Order: sequence, then C-alpha cells, then structure tokens
Amino acid sequence: MPQRTPSQTVGPYFAIGLTRESQNEIVPGGAVRISGRVLDGGGEPVPDAVVEISQQSGDGTLWGRCGTDAGGSFEFVTEKPVAAAREAPSLDLMVFARGLLKHLVTRLYFPDEAEANSTDPVLSALDPRDAATLVAEQSDGTLRFDIHLQGDRQTVFFAV
Amino acid sequence: MGEDVAVSAPLDEIDPPLDYPDYRSTALRAPKRPLVVAPDGFRDLAGPVFGGDDVGELDHDLTRQHSGEPLGERITVSGCVLDEDGRPVRNALVEVWQANAGGRYRHDGDRHPAPLDPNFSGAGRTLTDDEGRYEFVTIKPGAYPWQNHPNAWRPAHIHFSLFGRAFSSRLVTQMYFPGDPLFELDPIFQSVRDPKARERLIAGFELGLTQPEWALGYRFDIVLRSTPFE
Repeated sequence: MPQRTPSQTVGPYFAIGLTRESQNEIVPGGAVRISGRVLDGGGEPVPDAVVEISQQSGDGTLWGRCGTDAGGSFEFVTEKPVAAAREAPSLDLMVFARGLLKHLVTRLYFPDEAEANSTDPVLSALDPRDAATLVAEQSDGTLRFDIHLQGDRQTVFFAV
Repeated sequence: MGEDVAVSAPLDEIDPPLDYPDYRSTALRAPKRPLVVAPDGFRDLAGPVFGGDDVGELDHDLTRQHSGEPLGERITVSGCVLDEDGRPVRNALVEVWQANAGGRYRHDGDRHPAPLDPNFSGAGRTLTDDEGRYEFVTIKPGAYPWQNHPNAWRPAHIHFSLFGRAFSSRLVTQMYFPGDPLFELDPIFQSVRDPKARERLIAGFELGLTQPEWALGYRFDIVLRSTPFE
C-alpha cells in the first residue's frame, strides 16, 4: 500500500497561490460574522497565516479561507451550522503559517449556546479553562475568536 | 487538561514534529502543549468538494499566464493523487505556487535580490481526473536564500496544497527535485525525520514523461490520508 506524503510548512509566500481572491464568505450574506487574530508565543500578531473553516450542512461541506492581514486578523461570514445530535454547533478550523510544519486543527463554539456547550462531548471532556479557548466571544454583532499558538492561553489544538 | 480526551497525541512518524528548533520560525509558533486527541467524528468529517467552476482552463499551465513565456527550464510535473489504500482521489483540488527560475517569488515579502520575471506569476491549480491524475506545466524554480541561519538556502521546490475527500486528508507540502545538493542542509526538508518519508517529497525525473524538443517530465505522486467512506 502506498505510504502517505509528509506535510511541509505553507511558508511565507502562500498568498500568491492560496489567497489570490477572497474566499471568506462561507455563506454569502450570512448572519454570523467571525473576526479574530492569530497570535504567536510572544503575543505578537501573525501576519502570514491562513485560516480555513469547514462546516457541515445539508448541502455538503461549506468551506472558506482567509489570509491574515498585517495585524494578524482574519474574518469570515457564515451562518450558524446545525449541530449533530447531542453536540453543540461548531465550526472546524485549520491554521497554516510559516513556522508550522503541519497545519493546526481547532474548533469554534458559539457563546450563545451555553446549554448545548455544557453537554457537548468534546467541550465537556476538556478542562474548563481549555474549553474556554474554543468558545468565541460576542462583541458588537461579531464573534471574536483569537487563536493563540502558544502561551498560557494557548488554544486547544486537535490531532486529526 | 481533562482526563477523558486530553491525552497527549504526538503526530505520527510521517509528518514532521511541530516543535523543531532547527527551523527557527517554529520557536514562537509551534504549540508547546500537546495536541488533544480528536473526537471520533473529526476524522470522518467530509471535506469541501470543488468542481470545474473553481479552476480555469489554463490554470494548470504556469507558462501561459502572460503575453510572453517565462524564462527558465520548461518542465511538466504530473502524477496521481491516491489515498493510503491505493485508491485514486478524484476531483481533488491541487494548488501550487513557486519561485521563478531565479529563485524569486512574486510576493512583497520576498527581498531576495534576484529579478522578477514579468511573464511568471508562479501559481497554478487543477482538479484530478477520474484516475486521480493531475498535470502542471511550469518552469523549474530556483533555489533561494533565507534568514534561518547563516548562508541558508532552500532547495528548489514547488509548494502543493491538496484537498482530499475528508477533512482529515487535507495536505500542504513541498515537492523537491532529485539530486539537490541542498537537501542535507535544509531544516524544512530534514524536519521529516524518516528518510523514507523524506524521499516521498522528491519528484522523479522520467524520460517517458519528457516531451522531445519541449519539456523535461517530473513525476510526483501524492498520497493522502485514507478516508473511512467513499
């Protein structure tokens, strides 16, 4: 059987190949606006990361991607997904950057789903402090979701 | 960390470790805390599906995106995208980007004092066919210096991004050219610790794929993580 091809970093110049056109409207005109920053271990913004979001829907997997700007910020427009049975609604994220030899996988949960979040099998199995890194914050109609690559507030990343 | 799922989960021996000090940019970016074992459903999630609308007719040909032809050694890079069970991955979106023949990217952040080529943007994309095959026409990229350590040079490479059937089959990697003297000195290539796995990042030169009087042919097969469905 063939053996898997290893991962390598996306490097600093992916923008010429991956983010030439805007692809961050997962659901055009959707009611959910997500905004966040990617931050390194020194708390500095990461200006050369790309974030991808996948979400399951009745029409298959919806997807979008956004490169971070000079301030490390990314932004998406979508709708809240329908949750699978016994789970809280969530979005699946990937983070690629120079310095990451393999992309990171994390998940975004919604702050207005406290009850569903409290019984979600993934969130509830985490230490509450870690679980909190996966719940976005509501701020002026926008969901804030900062991704901390390192440090005390490191976001939970999953091995997939 | 909670006790149920938050078991330390090292990456397998195929992918490079996230924390790899020889590659300096990992220092402030690679997570220091262990990855958390993904819940069962994660690996099985379907990936996005792409179609003909996502790819232009000439997007696979990096030598025909401008009024003139780029300088450099014209090559084709082709191969199959398979999963670990040997099944072709059909309709996979394959995106590539690369430096020009002089080792310069068309990117504001690239300060290497080598010339830009007005006839080369350095990006392409295509979809695999029913047998999982893809092909790009391009020019061989040059090696270039970077700031990782004194007199550091990257071996010539083409960046690849692939979407398989599943969320978990997503792959971003780099393809190298056979016989490059910089392999031993490159921490990004060496970050893949298994020599056999490293070999799989190197394209093969094939006379059979080489088109007489036109272009050298390189073969690069890519194997994605198998999917539980399909």
